[in-house]
Amino acid sequence: MNPMTVPVANYIALSAVIFFIGVAGVVVRRNPLIMLMSIELMFNAANLLFAAFARAWWHNAGHIFVFLVITVAAAEAAIGLAIVVTVFRSAKNVDVDDVALMKG
Amino acid sequence: MIAFWVLAVILLASAIWCVTASKPVYSVVALLLHFAALAATYLTLNAEFLAVIQIIVYSGAILILFLFVIALLSSGVAPFSVGPNRLPKIAYPAIALVLIAVGFLTWVLGRASVAAPAASPGGSPVGPAGTAGVFGSVSDFGTALFTTYLLPFEMTALILMVAVIGVVLLAGDQTPYIATKKRAEDVRREMREAILREGGQ
Repeated sequence: MNPMTVPVANYIALSAVIFFIGVAGVVVRRNPLIMLMSIELMFNAANLLFAAFARAWWHNAGHIFVFLVITVAAAEAAIGLAIVVTVFRSAKNVDVDDVALMKG
Repeated sequence: MIAFWVLAVILLASAIWCVTASKPVYSVVALLLHFAALAATYLTLNAEFLAVIQIIVYSGAILILFLFVIALLSSGVAPFSVGPNRLPKIAYPAIALVLIAVGFLTWVLGRASVAAPAASPGGSPVGPAGTAGVFGSVSDFGTALFTTYLLPFEMTALILMVAVIGVVLLAGDQTPYIATKKRAEDVRREMREAILREGGQ
């Protein structure tokens, strides 16, 4: 149970794999809600790495960073969901490939 | 060590389930499992306060927001196109990217010699959890947040306020404002007519 027996490399590998699962979710899925959830997965992979390095160096700056990232992630989720709701109001069938208003 | 492997399996399985789920509601359930396992991982990393705010903010606020939007958008209609995903289009670049990433990761982890320092500038690791001076305690976290990192903390307040204003502007209903404006005009016209009536008498 003693976490110091777990090397930081294990946390790096775990976090990287979770991050790439999130990247795959954003790239592959078409549902905007699942894409937003994949972004949350990527945020959490970064948070796990911050917490692991804070533990390895016995310094709580990593904890502060996780706190700030969670705050920004909450704001991001709120704005992203508001955009999804707004797009759904104007177009009754939402396909993220059709939402290309900003494309030049 | 055993806790790490058990939690790692749960984290990976729930992450894959979240990405591959057929309905958004299943994704939310998988994400809830993921966040709970992540909170347990934070506990094994001596970050009690992070575990608590992970549960409260992520599972309590963000996931509920997702659930509300799903309930709002899929009431009676199918809001999102359920066509095939983009996997066939991007298969070869994705395979190349994954191979490059795995190779880079193996290289980095092979070179990594992370020597954890014995000194503990952020607090003593020993002692009962949660008391002041112990690494990861709420007391140390709060002291650092409100002294050294006060400016970033205040910046998050600004970011949250801008986000709230943006969300209200984006998704807020604009009819109450129009109704209020129309009502104000009505009141003004009635007052003007009343004044004219009084003057005519």
